Amino acid sequence: MSGTARFLRRIAPQLITLAFVLALISVMFPGFFNISIANGRLYGSPIDILNRGAPVALLAIGMTLVIATRGIDLSVGAVMAICGAVSAWGITQGYDLGSTLLMAVVAGLVCGLWNGILVSFLGIQPIVATLILMVAGRGIAQLITEGAILTFNDPNLIFFGSGSLFTLPMPVVIWIVTGLLITWIVRRTALGMLIESVGINLRASTLAGINSRVLLIAVYVTSGFCAALAGIIAAADIRGADANNAGLWLELDAILAVVIGGTSLLGGRFSLIASLIGAMIIQAVNTGILLSGFPPEFNLVIKAAIILIILVVQSPALRTGMAFFRKPRQTDVAKKETVTQ
Amino acid sequence: MLSRKAILGASLLASVALMSSSAIAQTIGFSQIGSESGWRAAETTLTKSQAEERGIDLKFADAQQKQENQIKALRSFIAQGVDAILIAPVVATGWDAVLQEAKEAEIPVVLLDRMVDSSDDLYLTAVGSDLVHEGNVAGQWLVDELGGKDCNVVELQGTTGSSPAIDRKNGFEQAINGHDNIKLIRSQTGDFTRTKGKEVMESFLKAEDGGKNICALYAHNDDMAVGAIQAIKEAGLKPGEDILVVSIDAVPDIFQAMAAGEANATVELTPNMAGPAFDALDAYFKDGTKPAKFIQTESKLYTQNDDPQKVYEEKKDLGY
Repeated sequence: MSGTARFLRRIAPQLITLAFVLALISVMFPGFFNISIANGRLYGSPIDILNRGAPVALLAIGMTLVIATRGIDLSVGAVMAICGAVSAWGITQGYDLGSTLLMAVVAGLVCGLWNGILVSFLGIQPIVATLILMVAGRGIAQLITEGAILTFNDPNLIFFGSGSLFTLPMPVVIWIVTGLLITWIVRRTALGMLIESVGINLRASTLAGINSRVLLIAVYVTSGFCAALAGIIAAADIRGADANNAGLWLELDAILAVVIGGTSLLGGRFSLIASLIGAMIIQAVNTGILLSGFPPEFNLVIKAAIILIILVVQSPALRTGMAFFRKPRQTDVAKKETVTQ
Repeated sequence: MLSRKAILGASLLASVALMSSSAIAQTIGFSQIGSESGWRAAETTLTKSQAEERGIDLKFADAQQKQENQIKALRSFIAQGVDAILIAPVVATGWDAVLQEAKEAEIPVVLLDRMVDSSDDLYLTAVGSDLVHEGNVAGQWLVDELGGKDCNVVELQGTTGSSPAIDRKNGFEQAINGHDNIKLIRSQTGDFTRTKGKEVMESFLKAEDGGKNICALYAHNDDMAVGAIQAIKEAGLKPGEDILVVSIDAVPDIFQAMAAGEANATVELTPNMAGPAFDALDAYFKDGTKPAKFIQTESKLYTQNDDPQKVYEEKKDLGY
């Protein structure tokens, strides 16, 4: 019981923010919450948010684990492009769906392994180590697609982008299942705690007997895996692999989702669920701007302003300030005690 | 007697042949920006094939998006003594010195697709398309197609602030200006990409009564239109019938959509900039006619009546 209460208190700021953003959109655009069923699937703006937010949500899962180890993975957008290109290449070369998906996922795992080895064995700072693949990755993707948008018409692969399962769009099912599965793995075992301890103090954790090298590689490989799923979804969505634009700048949105989710960039305590809510907040802002009908010149300014408000509200300085106003009596007592001492 | 005549005739023929060979360009250097987009790859393919057709020896240099490589390539063309130079400049500024060198070596330079900020006596001519005109052709098609029926149009803009986005928007607005039956109800950027085109179209459909309120879509490029067509289909509407689709660029994939009846019209941004350039050079070398300083390429309108499947087959191997 107390565990559930603690969990709810942990994700309360994110839930309140999401509710606030959604309320704001529904004021500007009254029909926002209308959901109907069309063509055997749910249809409406809230579903769009869940669906369009899928790539960032998936990236945020891997990114949360990486950031919890005090790392960062800038390469996820480029890895998305690589895996999307591999899946499009595989299906157009006539491989069946299983081998195509396997190749795309393996490509993601290899990219993650590369990042993990650079970080854990060579000790290169994560921001630099993953920058290499961020820059080179799009080139690799372009080599695979030969510079053009590689299109395909295979209905099975397209299903991952625009199909639906239990009336939910397939991308939504994928990110929710992946999110719950990885949360279950890290929280039902000691893995989550070990990741946090490595993030707080790598040296002490290693001395305490944690195999931190393997753990570090594992989180980057997980991040690569999530990026591969996101890449497959992005390619399947537009029925083509666009090496130049797939996942462009999404690494930054993923990092932002983690930050809005309240995980510190200095590593340590993390919450995957809060990051996923963070991803939905970002997508809600994006979709809200599109629905509002403002001229496109305002898009980025509005987004920046809303994000700034969210981060200011969540900032430690404001939180201590709030605590000061909320419990004046306790602080008074504390002050008296220090005076008497 | 007979042999003497023959010799005379032969020498006459030879001199004619010599004259004609000096009249047309034999060797032309082409400095291309790189291959950042499918369109540019198609431009390279077409320039090479055009040169081959005309029997021109084309020296090709890929600058990989760097101006310094282009300047190097131009200097080496000048040193080799080519007859003329084609260049697609990667940026607008910084060309004065090298263009001056080409002018002193009496090698005419033709700009392809993009302009430079240098004085226009440093180059022979520039070949390019008029972006405003492209938007105008698209808008005019819609005006003619509707024939006075009321129509709410949504617009997918290119990257905010980019010159194609600004010009194609202005051109379209000029064309529909004065036709009160056509209203531009929503306009958002789709960043010239399929993904964003699809996402933005989804939100347009939600915002306008499930798309019942929208009668036409104007996209600043074909890729966004292709994405939007999928969004329209997923919303249970028929693109091309319930919502008319007109876009710009004429890349192969939009012809497939047109063949399937899902897109209605596209305005071509021709990758054949070299053809008009070679024509201008031919005329210049033949009798010294100086072409106009800007040669505007045709912004050809393609509709479903233009056998889109055939155009697709023609275009798909150009490297788009």
